[in-house]
Amino acid sequence: MTPKRAPVAEKYIKMAKETAVRVIPPLVVLALLLLFWELACRRAGSALPPPSRVFKETKELIFDPFFDRGGIDKGLFWHLSASLQRVALGYSLAAIAGVALGTLVGQSVWAMRGLDPLFQVLRTIPPLAWLPLSLAAFRDGQPSAIFVIFITSIWPIIINTAVGIRNIPQDYRNVAAVVQLNPLEFFGKIMIPAAAPYIFTGLRIGIGLSWLAIVAAEMLIGGVGIGFFIWDAWNSSHISEIVLALFYVGIIGFLLDRMIAIVGKFVTRGTAAN
Amino acid sequence: MQSYLKLDHIDKTFTRGSATTEVLKDINLTIEKGQYVSIIGHSGCGKSTLLNIVAGLTNATQGGVLLENREVNSPGPDRAVVFQNHSLLPWLTVYENVKLGVDKVFASTKTRAERDAWVMHNLNLVQMAHAKDKRPSEISGGMKQRVGIARALAMEPKVLLLDEPFGALDALTRAHLQDSVMALHQKLGNTILMITHDVDEAVLLSDRIVMMTNGPSARIGEVLEVPLARPRKRLELATSAAYLKCRQRVLEFLYERHRFVEAA
Repeated sequence: MTPKRAPVAEKYIKMAKETAVRVIPPLVVLALLLLFWELACRRAGSALPPPSRVFKETKELIFDPFFDRGGIDKGLFWHLSASLQRVALGYSLAAIAGVALGTLVGQSVWAMRGLDPLFQVLRTIPPLAWLPLSLAAFRDGQPSAIFVIFITSIWPIIINTAVGIRNIPQDYRNVAAVVQLNPLEFFGKIMIPAAAPYIFTGLRIGIGLSWLAIVAAEMLIGGVGIGFFIWDAWNSSHISEIVLALFYVGIIGFLLDRMIAIVGKFVTRGTAAN
Repeated sequence: MQSYLKLDHIDKTFTRGSATTEVLKDINLTIEKGQYVSIIGHSGCGKSTLLNIVAGLTNATQGGVLLENREVNSPGPDRAVVFQNHSLLPWLTVYENVKLGVDKVFASTKTRAERDAWVMHNLNLVQMAHAKDKRPSEISGGMKQRVGIARALAMEPKVLLLDEPFGALDALTRAHLQDSVMALHQKLGNTILMITHDVDEAVLLSDRIVMMTNGPSARIGEVLEVPLARPRKRLELATSAAYLKCRQRVLEFLYERHRFVEAA
């Protein structure tokens, strides 16, 4: 090895070490858990399948997620994308309405006095408790599921936005007053950016809750969707398929959370570190 | 003599529930165009309240503020404020922070290109053009305050209000920035009203020093003319008899006649 190349090699070794430190522990834990699961469930007649059997029985679903034989006999991609579409719609509506209502409650003392007690009561209602009522109102599964997403994820968005708006430093309000921003400019140039870290906290909690709610709601309304896929698998005693679906639900929930976190980090750059 | 900025019999009373506190009592002050006036007093004497009243951020209970013989009682860019803690918006770059005011004030009188040039001109005045794309969190305290000054100057205010602008800075940075403000005042001839609690700063920068008594019910105790020729040089003044005499007068006022009494 020539002396010139040594630093480069060292750099790679250092990088490899850092990566190893992060990656190896979770891999070890995962391997141990799989081993434990395999040992616990491998004897004949056990209630749950061991990982080896899960893989064997769901190979088809894993390697061909795009098949479509009509009805609800579709690949997992279609089920997940149907669920994600419902979440996207319900969550987007909740984000818009939540930020608007949160701004109102954060800005106006009277709006807070009037609405806050109502919000505090409504937000404790479990998502599924809304489903029968929304089915009665919409008379259709699709809008009912979207409404359940909406009503589940809107509360943390409202409450966090309101806290963010209330915590806008007086300094920023003074600057806006001296510059004579009109209310619309104040909203766009001061309020939203200043409250953005709080708003994104609410949005992150909201996306997590809506993903929780959709799986439960779909079990009841049926049709294409990951929730009903799980329920259908249970009814047909395909336990391995349930395990696979849960794995996907977990991964997607994690990705949704990361996605909002990354968007939030980008949008609020600078704001948090004052 | 035509007064440019006139504080006319200002009283200020704060009311919280049944308790009322009289903060300012019968403040009268006239400032001529181009003058640099400092208001000095112990903390809690209401000097910041007075500045907020001039800025229009707080309303006087009695009396009012006249700027070019017209009453002003709401905030506006004609009385731009440099805040004590810079108050830059952390999500905007240095350039965007200055531009915020420029876009509003010159919306109809300057084209987009002219506004851009004007922002850069003002950043150049405070030697901050090099950091125009940085965010406030990426620059030092002194630099932030420079940008705060540029933001205020860029609005072409009739009166520039400085609220303890150097209070949060270390001694060396403070001296450096005082020199910059002095040079800007020399060059642009702004009318400046500054709040301070630093005796040397007041004497060095001001044409007149307004000394306030302790609150509650703070009044103007004494007004001192500073008969020092401009441009002033920090080092030369240190041995100047006139400078030392002014300094002595302010010190006597603050520490003999109106000692700060710690609230029990």
